Amino acid sequence: MNEERPDPDRLLAEIKREEIAAQRGKLKIFIGACAGVGKTYAMLNAAQQRIAEGIDVVIGVVETHGRSETIKLLEKFPEVLPLRKINYRGKSLAELDIDTALQRAPQLIIVDELAHTNIEGSRHVKRWQDVDELLVNGINVYTTLNVQHLESLNDVVGGITGIRIWETIPDRFFDSADEVTLVDLPPDELLERLKEGKVYIPEQVEHAAKNFFRKGNLIALRELALRRTADRVDLQMRAYRADHAIANVWQARERIIACIGPGSIGDKLVRSAARLANELKADWLAVYVETPALQRLSKTDRQRILDHLKLAEELGAETATLAGSDLIATLIAYSKSRNANKLVVGHPTDLPWYQQWHPRFIDTLARFSPDIDIYVVGNDKPSQIRSRVINMGTMKWWNYAWATAACGVTTILAAGLLRIFDLSNVVMLLLLTVVGVSIRFGRGAGAWAAALSVLLFDFFFVPPRFSFVVSDVQYFFTFTLMLLIALIIGQLAAKLQFEATTANIRERRAQALAALSKELSGALTVEQVVEIANRHVSGTFNSSVAVFLPSSQEKIKVAGTSSSQPIVDTAVAQWVYDHQLPAGFGTQTLSAAVSHYLPLQAPMRTRGVLVLEAKNLLFLDEPEEKRLLDTFAAQIALALERVHYVEVAQDALVLMEGERLRNSLLSAISHDLRTPLTALVGLASTLTDSNLPENSQKELAIAIQNEAQQMSDLVTNLLDMARLQTGGVKLKKDWQSIEEIVGSACMQLHRVLATHKLVISIPPNLPLCECDPILIQRVIVNLLSNAAKFTSAGSIITISAAAENNEMAIVIEDNGPGLPRGQETRLFDKFTRGETESNKPGVGLGLALCKAIIEAHDGKIFAENCIDSGARFTIKLPLGIAPMPEELL
Amino acid sequence: MKAPRILIIEDENQIRRFVRIALEAENFDVIEADSGTRGLIEASTRQPDLVIVDLGLPDLEGKEVIRQIRGWSEMPIVVLSARDREEEKVAALDIGADDYLTKPFGMPELIARIRAHLRRRQSNENQGDPIVHFGDVIVDLAAHAVTRSGVDVHLTPIEYRLLLSLINVRGRVVTHNQLMLAVWGPNYSERSHYLRVYMGHLRQKLEHNPAQPEFLLTELGVGYRLV
Repeated sequence: MNEERPDPDRLLAEIKREEIAAQRGKLKIFIGACAGVGKTYAMLNAAQQRIAEGIDVVIGVVETHGRSETIKLLEKFPEVLPLRKINYRGKSLAELDIDTALQRAPQLIIVDELAHTNIEGSRHVKRWQDVDELLVNGINVYTTLNVQHLESLNDVVGGITGIRIWETIPDRFFDSADEVTLVDLPPDELLERLKEGKVYIPEQVEHAAKNFFRKGNLIALRELALRRTADRVDLQMRAYRADHAIANVWQARERIIACIGPGSIGDKLVRSAARLANELKADWLAVYVETPALQRLSKTDRQRILDHLKLAEELGAETATLAGSDLIATLIAYSKSRNANKLVVGHPTDLPWYQQWHPRFIDTLARFSPDIDIYVVGNDKPSQIRSRVINMGTMKWWNYAWATAACGVTTILAAGLLRIFDLSNVVMLLLLTVVGVSIRFGRGAGAWAAALSVLLFDFFFVPPRFSFVVSDVQYFFTFTLMLLIALIIGQLAAKLQFEATTANIRERRAQALAALSKELSGALTVEQVVEIANRHVSGTFNSSVAVFLPSSQEKIKVAGTSSSQPIVDTAVAQWVYDHQLPAGFGTQTLSAAVSHYLPLQAPMRTRGVLVLEAKNLLFLDEPEEKRLLDTFAAQIALALERVHYVEVAQDALVLMEGERLRNSLLSAISHDLRTPLTALVGLASTLTDSNLPENSQKELAIAIQNEAQQMSDLVTNLLDMARLQTGGVKLKKDWQSIEEIVGSACMQLHRVLATHKLVISIPPNLPLCECDPILIQRVIVNLLSNAAKFTSAGSIITISAAAENNEMAIVIEDNGPGLPRGQETRLFDKFTRGETESNKPGVGLGLALCKAIIEAHDGKIFAENCIDSGARFTIKLPLGIAPMPEELL
Repeated sequence: MKAPRILIIEDENQIRRFVRIALEAENFDVIEADSGTRGLIEASTRQPDLVIVDLGLPDLEGKEVIRQIRGWSEMPIVVLSARDREEEKVAALDIGADDYLTKPFGMPELIARIRAHLRRRQSNENQGDPIVHFGDVIVDLAAHAVTRSGVDVHLTPIEYRLLLSLINVRGRVVTHNQLMLAVWGPNYSERSHYLRVYMGHLRQKLEHNPAQPEFLLTELGVGYRLV
């Protein structure tokens, strides 16, 4: 039953794929067996039909090679985009102008020769990358391709025709095409066309081309093209079956591991593995196990391995470099950890004697892992002896010089000690030297030291001394043993040393990563993350670093750099951010740039761009180091995302708090505004009754006036509070006289305060205080009207001010009932009143406003009860020194 | 003597209405205008004795109305403004308004101000009296002498100049800028706090209770006024 129903996860993935596909432009490839079959012509004809259907078609780039039919056809097109002229080594060359194409954004663009390699200085190294960018931007593309340009078929074609072509495109790009049309021409007709001169052949390859266009070659190429296209059809068929739940057998996802060794066979091995993976629709990995033996490879050999890993990456593999002393154990452990069931290995025919001596690698491998299928790729190349010889030449000669010197010194030392020591002890001394040399200078130098020690021992110490003649046959046995022991110990020592080194490197990486993660986990702001990122990345990779972050308009900006700034092109960073792909030095895109650009990709979205200057970036070739950098980038991106969501959460909290405030404000206002309004309406309607005696009318009018005044105060407080809270108030600070502020506050409240006794005690020489007079007046008015509101008529209200300890203290106290106990600080919260149920009007906003104003002045306000009775409010404002006119100083 | 004629330029119907009712009850001849342009026409054709201008008019800015009236007349102008428009208020006074009231205002206050300005205008017409009284203070402008309850009060030259500036336009609100200009001359407008120091001194010397002055009044954030 289950098989009838598509797996929901797969359906989801399918939907996602379709979504991406819907935004992406459609790619149609016209594939042919070789040049001259008429791909361009077929493509232009097809495009003409699209024009007839009313589709907006432009020519991006078409190579006519001077063919009249093509030129004639090309003239029928309404629009041909201008090419971008690039100066390269004095010559002006033309390339597809991708920016113009993107700007023009036609429905369909014609781009000939997909496998073309762009001139240095173009945006992408390869034209297929230009096409990819066009597709990403939703533009449909028609393009052409010869079968030999497919990466995986490249060496096969090379093998058939004897001509190696360097312009290739990755198979996955070919496979991602929406349509592939095979342009086919039987070999005889092609040869006919060739004879008629209808096929373009560049002059420089004319000789090679003659060999190329042999009938046998053409038949083979045609077969390849037909088969590759058929494969694709098959693939589509399978996809169709999968989409419609036709498959009734669930197949475990295969995983293939290609083991890359030092031999030049790696190239072929990688391509075979890629083909195999493609046929099996399997994931595949390319690994290189660095054993002590391989550690000592020459630079060129190492580079070749890295090249093979890179090729594998381009062909869609995941790559890894493993370190371990035992090749087979490491390989098997890794296969198990990655759940791989197929291994692709090269046939070890490097050296005949090597095979004789060594336990056969493949046999051992098979014996230790019976559940893994092993594919062996044969080696059809001549043996590698020559490259080994070259290796000898590139050995570090000074290691041997040091080894020689060490043996010499030991000999002299031993000669001096010979009087005390026995001959057997001299042997030990020499052995010790060999061990030392092995550890310090490696295995080669160790072996050299071993051989040298034996000779020195014979010459200087074995009687008869100072000749290689040996009197006692016993010594031959000593020599052999000595040589063997020296070699074995040297070998072991070198191996130990290597393992220590690799362990060190791993430790360094692990530590660097742990340190970064630890610091990032403590970061709370974007600035902190950026600073930590710059410090750690520049420290670990020894390079200048910059982090770019997007603005709200998705424009990338520098957020911080390491102490030395890298050379950065913001446009490239923007491109990397937009496309979520690495670019610059060490990549396929804009590789001429001096820096390496890496997108900071977090699970939800790209968070920014990390830029490293290329000065010390040779390590980018090493997969392990590159992975470390990628991990760094991922960690930084994660930290940025975490900080982002923390901010989002905080905003949500603030929003909730705002919501809560609004609710309490609404309920408070509905009470405090409606009560006086009800009174107003009632009073005014009573007043309209003309039968009222005159003194009652007056009484009502006064009541209306009082109610209205209270509402006016309330509204003023509300508006001030709102303005302060939204940050709409800029303090208009100036040097103010507290006496004047208090005076005008009392004046404003003279009606309210008329029933109370007001005592003002302000010393005449009180200094000026820098503040916003209107707002401070508001505070004093609020405090005074509170004092009047909450004390009975006839109470005393005292206002005093004093300058002390660089502070201006203003105190307002009364001799009323005082504040409710324990409520002294809560009073300043919004919508709080001393008594919860009270007939005294006011939303409890007055004190909150006072607090907001005083805090905006960097001051303090607090409430307390006086010792005997009454409430006391104290305001403290920071006190500066006002510039004074000279005559007063 | 004919009733003084007051022009009120205000776009709010209700405010115009209660001001008119209240003023007519006090025997003023009231003219209404509901826009700045209308107000300017009324001001030039009906020749009022005093103009009340709201600063927030729909067509012209209140300041513009004041500027145009000041172009040809010295008639007293009282400005009405909301509380959050301090700068506009100061600007209006700086270009020639005589007084301001903050909304909401009480009618008794407005009527008192109107009377004071009308009185001042009349007294200006028969100028020349060198003796000025307020409270128990007498200032002899001719002799540059100030006495309080018959006792000589010593004022520094700046204090005297400041007092004189207020006396010259008694009843009017004088802005900080105007006072700074009159006492110190140009280039001192940034130091308006000097004023506060000297006003403090003046109050110490001339007022009974300097914190609650009766004559040398503070218009907070705007300026001073001598009543």
